[in-house]
Amino acid sequence: MKSESNLEKVLSAGHFAFTGELGPPRGTNAEEVRKKAAFLKGNVDAVNITDNQTAVVRMSSWAASLILIQEGLEPNFQMVCRDRNRLAMQSDILGASAHGIKNMLCLSGDHQSFGDHPMAKSVFDIDSIQLIGMVKQMRDEGTFLSGNKLDEPPKMFIGAAANPFAEPYEWRALRLAKKIAAGADFVQTQCIYNMDRFREFMKRAVDMGLTEKCYILAGVTPLKSVGMAKYMAGSVPGMDVPDELIERVKGAGKGKAAEEGIKIAVEQIQEFKEMEGVAGVHLMAIEWEHRVPEIAKMAGVLPRPVV
Amino acid sequence: MIVAKRKPFDEIKDFLKDYKKVLTAGCGTCVAVCLAGGEKEVSVLNAELDMARRLDNKPIELGAITIERQCDREYLEALDSMVEGYDAVLSLACGAGIQFLAERYPEKPVFPGVDTTFIGVNQDVGWYEERCRSCSSCVLGMTAGICPVTMCAKGLYNGPCGGTNKGSCEISKDQPCAWYMIYERLSKQNRLDNILKITPVQDWQNQKPRTVIQPGYKTSENSAEK
Ligand code: SF4
Ligand code: SF4
Repeated sequence: MKSESNLEKVLSAGHFAFTGELGPPRGTNAEEVRKKAAFLKGNVDAVNITDNQTAVVRMSSWAASLILIQEGLEPNFQMVCRDRNRLAMQSDILGASAHGIKNMLCLSGDHQSFGDHPMAKSVFDIDSIQLIGMVKQMRDEGTFLSGNKLDEPPKMFIGAAANPFAEPYEWRALRLAKKIAAGADFVQTQCIYNMDRFREFMKRAVDMGLTEKCYILAGVTPLKSVGMAKYMAGSVPGMDVPDELIERVKGAGKGKAAEEGIKIAVEQIQEFKEMEGVAGVHLMAIEWEHRVPEIAKMAGVLPRPVV
Repeated sequence: MIVAKRKPFDEIKDFLKDYKKVLTAGCGTCVAVCLAGGEKEVSVLNAELDMARRLDNKPIELGAITIERQCDREYLEALDSMVEGYDAVLSLACGAGIQFLAERYPEKPVFPGVDTTFIGVNQDVGWYEERCRSCSSCVLGMTAGICPVTMCAKGLYNGPCGGTNKGSCEISKDQPCAWYMIYERLSKQNRLDNILKITPVQDWQNQKPRTVIQPGYKTSENSAEK
């Protein structure tokens, strides 16, 4: 075991993993974190804690991760390259590990121009692939990026993101291979709406032998409304929402879009359970944590394995 | 070339509010080519300043000179005799030229008349685009001649990021994704191998002032290259 995290144990025991997501509050409201966590407890194996998502300032991801640990959940601590240089990253990794954080997701981070401080200076001292490599080096070699020895390596289960939908498509699996070569133990994908394209991506990943080296968790975000579907399709970079899907949500009729969105998500999860190479699902129910229990139940992923 | 743009007029006017005799110094190289600080821009700016100060009932006496390069002592020398006669100097050279001028006349207040913006190319008359951040360790050989430091909004060495959007960068549909272009060009040249490998963490060399002494010009006096 690399980290002894619950997520690692679930995956290595061959169970179909189910992870959730929680966005920290825009203030010191720890109660808010606890409230959201309560909906996820027992329904997911680990919870991604986003790191200043969309470049909007929020409670730091490691701090919100600690609240989750207090509540008896396992966090997946997200770290972006936008806000920290290699010194700050390494010290946060050490601190996170010392406090019992065992999963990390290494990301580039949305450009600051999207956020609430658009004129901030970004860091990008290292990029997400280099970050993966750095965490692996700290864990497996017990050294800092500088090569100097560290006292007690951080035992992290290392995660990466993958976007199967961004052009050029031929590059997607190659980039995934690069992240795995850097040291990713698991991958969570961008929200999937275009199932055809995702099937192709998975086939390529399986053919390349990538699914033998790394666990791939398929990203699912239920569509709450027609407006959200259109927004995802038109305004979120790298997102691929087919027109048929927007039509389907629209067709559900007034007041029923959310139910239809959940139904679609459940169908997706059921297909992922059968899809070759898919090791689990990452459910990003943004500001919809309270719907996670029913989605998990409908998708048949409960009870979560105790390992 | 180095591309600059003229500072807002009010900012320049405010710099000079306490001075009655000012020398406006243009530079005949990069900033002249990019139409920000050459001879013509010096005379236009002086005319505006003259007019504005007259309207304020605070006339100003303005001198004008444009030298070949303010970043070169050989040419700066031409200013020595002139500068003395003025209360302040307004330089329209790039940031480097302005500093070299200020260093030469430490008693004299020197003000910037332009905002130095980037190292770039001339797309069309009056239209310039950034291309290089002078990182001191050029990777264009690996990236098919497209600079990831400058042209990728996140300066990634292992791109593209997940935000790449049908050939555009996540920051705007009008901004091409550098890594999309790098992929396309390398792929056409059959050189994708270049980016299949992981590019290791950079040793940043632009985090302190840099000095270059070309081989053959090193002496005991000029310190070792930093
Ligand atoms: S890599 Fe980019 S910033 Fe660095 S020297 Fe080359 S062109 Fe300039
Ligand atoms: S979309 Fe392309 S250019 Fe923009 S930040 Fe990502 S990799 Fe860089």
